[in-house]
Amino acid sequence: MRPLPRFLRHAGLVPAPNERQASCVESKGIRLRRVGPRHKAGVTVVLGLILAAINPALAEKASLADTQLSDPAKEAQAKALMETIRCVECQGQAISDSNADIAGNMRSLIRERIKAGESPEQVRAWLIQRYGDYISYDPPLGGATWPLWAAPFVLLTIGIVIARSSFRRKR
Amino acid sequence: MRRMLLWLPLLLFAALFGLVALGLFKPADRTVRSAMVDKPLPDFTLPAMLASKPGIARSSFGGGKPRLINVFASWCVPCIAEAPELMKLKAAGVPIDGIAINDTPEAIQTFLDRNGDPYQRIGNDKASQVQIALGSSGVPETFLIDGRGRIVRQYVSNLQDDQVDDILKTWRGMR
Repeated sequence: MRPLPRFLRHAGLVPAPNERQASCVESKGIRLRRVGPRHKAGVTVVLGLILAAINPALAEKASLADTQLSDPAKEAQAKALMETIRCVECQGQAISDSNADIAGNMRSLIRERIKAGESPEQVRAWLIQRYGDYISYDPPLGGATWPLWAAPFVLLTIGIVIARSSFRRKR
Repeated sequence: MRRMLLWLPLLLFAALFGLVALGLFKPADRTVRSAMVDKPLPDFTLPAMLASKPGIARSSFGGGKPRLINVFASWCVPCIAEAPELMKLKAAGVPIDGIAINDTPEAIQTFLDRNGDPYQRIGNDKASQVQIALGSSGVPETFLIDGRGRIVRQYVSNLQDDQVDDILKTWRGMR
């Protein structure tokens, strides 16, 4: 079989490496052709309310991707965590900003786990176990990341040295 | 010494320019790989997608029999391209289980009728929960699970011929 053109490979959710921006758009194109039902968030909420009226157990199962938790403290925790988790489809975005399906599913997963009583750091650790440090926008201090943390201090020190020597020359 | 130092900013600029040019002409590999490779398969249970096939659970892996897990969807174009490769693996006797992401039984049935059906079981992962637990970031992705229930390999995006050969070789070696 002939190899596929680059843009066709794995365009479903993860874009080909050098077509990243393009395939984020492209995956939306694919989504238009999808067979399954797609609702706007508002429709989902209305449907959820109707379902809740019929059967509370069903409403519990609905996706929490775009539905806030009823406990404001937990919702705030979940929201703060979502802002520091990278979307694996549109990789420059946090999952809180991304419209990608998998980002929505991750938001739902985070809300469910926080609702069940897990701490945000536990959920982050769980995700890091799955995808590596890459998934978190809050890089841990470790063997590979210490230069990142040291860089501001090193640069500041260099700056102070340069400033001191140049001020001295002026006098 | 002072004379030499004068060239330092230009050298730094040239180095930075080179770095940026390198990134432009040889972009980094942005493929998201699972950190679960070489780790035991996490515990999960998925209901059946089709009435004609069972769903899948962690308990059906291990027990000395290596298997493939294929994460796919009927709405995914590369999955169609991958179908013949999976059929080749099926013909060679490799047991394949499917995890269908955000899909419906009708759409999956149409997809299988059109592109062939390599799956022994298909689990319905409506909200990507198991997909995320596996560290998979999209469709299609294929995981090779060894006889002890460990994830041995992850293949991101639609399988190519050389990857099929690699799977067959590894799978035969593990049996």
